[in-house]
Amino acid sequence: MSEPIVWLTIFVLSVFVGIDVIAKVSSTLQTPLMSGANAIHGIILLGAVIVTGTTDNDVALVVGLVAIVLAAINMVGGFVVTDRMLQMFVRKKKPAPAPTSDGGAA
Amino acid sequence: MTPIWVQLTYLACAVCFILALKGLSGPKTARIGNLIGAAAAVVAVAVPFFYLDLDHLALILVAIAIGTAGGVFGAQRVQMTQMPQMVALFNGVGGGAAALVALLELHELIPLTEIDGAVNWFTLAATAFTILVGSISFAGSVVTFAKLQELMTSRPVVFPGLPILFGASGIAAVVLGVVTVTGPAVWVGVVLALVGLLIGLLLVLPVGGADVPIVISLLNAFTGLTVAAGGYVLDNVVLLVAGTLVGASGTFLTMLMAKAMGRSVANILFGALKGGSTLGSGEASDRPVKSAGPEDVAILLGYADRVIVVPGYGLAVAQAQHTLRELVEVLIARGTKVDYAIHPVAGRMPGHMNVLLAEAQVPYEQLVEMDEINGEFKHTDVVLVVGANDVVNPAAKTTPGAPIYGMPILNADEAQQVVFMKRSMRPGFAGIENELLFDPRTTLLFGDAKDSLGKLLNAVKAL
Repeated sequence: MSEPIVWLTIFVLSVFVGIDVIAKVSSTLQTPLMSGANAIHGIILLGAVIVTGTTDNDVALVVGLVAIVLAAINMVGGFVVTDRMLQMFVRKKKPAPAPTSDGGAA
Repeated sequence: MTPIWVQLTYLACAVCFILALKGLSGPKTARIGNLIGAAAAVVAVAVPFFYLDLDHLALILVAIAIGTAGGVFGAQRVQMTQMPQMVALFNGVGGGAAALVALLELHELIPLTEIDGAVNWFTLAATAFTILVGSISFAGSVVTFAKLQELMTSRPVVFPGLPILFGASGIAAVVLGVVTVTGPAVWVGVVLALVGLLIGLLLVLPVGGADVPIVISLLNAFTGLTVAAGGYVLDNVVLLVAGTLVGASGTFLTMLMAKAMGRSVANILFGALKGGSTLGSGEASDRPVKSAGPEDVAILLGYADRVIVVPGYGLAVAQAQHTLRELVEVLIARGTKVDYAIHPVAGRMPGHMNVLLAEAQVPYEQLVEMDEINGEFKHTDVVLVVGANDVVNPAAKTTPGAPIYGMPILNADEAQQVVFMKRSMRPGFAGIENELLFDPRTTLLFGDAKDSLGKLLNAVKAL
């Protein structure tokens, strides 16, 4: 399973994918993109849960719980704050106070 | 052996993270992209609860609840102007979490190293990497937070022994990393984490205020790589893929940002160490300038055919975006053509100004990016600069040696008239004097941006 070469393959391919998917980002979206990427690495929460849930050492348990709290802040806060930013971009697309659908200006 | 359904779920989550990043890089798909990422993260985190027999379940759930509450609270409460430091803080805690996870994993691995071939050296090396870089990211992010929140000076902090100390801690990190592989012990990991904290501190202290956002992006990439290495150590493919994606895209994004400022990443990080220029500070702030009251400026604006507004971070600090939008609406109603010129690094991060103006419901079409609008300044009657400075500073073109030399700027100096709304003659974020302020075509309107814009608005309405 943990053949290093398999992992290295996944790593190298992911590097190329990571660069390629964002290569054409406009400067307008760089802040939300950075924030969204930041939230994605909050997935370390998964690792924190696994190590904490499988330890039988008291000190390790405390350290693990701290890691869980920090990782959850990163992950949840990151996605929420990114959404808050993006909400504003979306809102202006359609004139906000438009009264119901009456087929007005496009 | 991990059950097959778990592996398939992880694979699906990894694909979702790719789609999330893809979505986030386009304006129409950005929000849905973020939501896909969030959903995948939640699913991935839920998986171990279903296939592993986890101990301390109640405590774990409480810890997740506390972190979630903290994250949501922070994310909801933060002002849009403070967004960069919030991202820095979220990034820092993520890096810290990764370092702690790696320390715990080191503790678990040590008994296994007694058994021949149970732990390969690469796993230990990846553990050391995670501890070190996670700590760097944590400490570095805390310093960037302090700088942007103005808990400390945003100017570069350099002291005589810094390069030596930096080099010494770098060597210490390498030595401790090697020791972690050859004779792993928990105390080695802890010392490695402390060295990492020191390196993070030393890395960010010499970086000047205007460059801090680029460092945030770089540290974000660091945390991504940390999580990737953690994924290898924990035998978890979704961590590896997600972390690598963030590491790679973050590094690329950092280079994009540095390019927008006309700098290299190395120059940003180590520029100040070379005793680089801190031009300006005391220089000639008592030189004569032309200032005027709101009524005079109102006449300038009210009878102009073409006006370009250059908004900066000072606008948002004064919470004056709404007043500015009203002023622009009134001018447009009078028949003036008005656009906002958005410098790529206006605000404190690329795209930050777009977020701030969007919050004030400025129509998207009125925000014009630098490359598109730079040719139009020649035909512009009045440029209204609100709370910006460095992005219109001609020193970027004319003064080699200025910290911002080489940064593309908005050509406000080509317009017929320039009006600067400023609180004082204090230099901008980069700490350098702006020659444009002393140009005969420039008029200064002193005062708080919100206050001045309010007066200006009334004066224009009264025309």
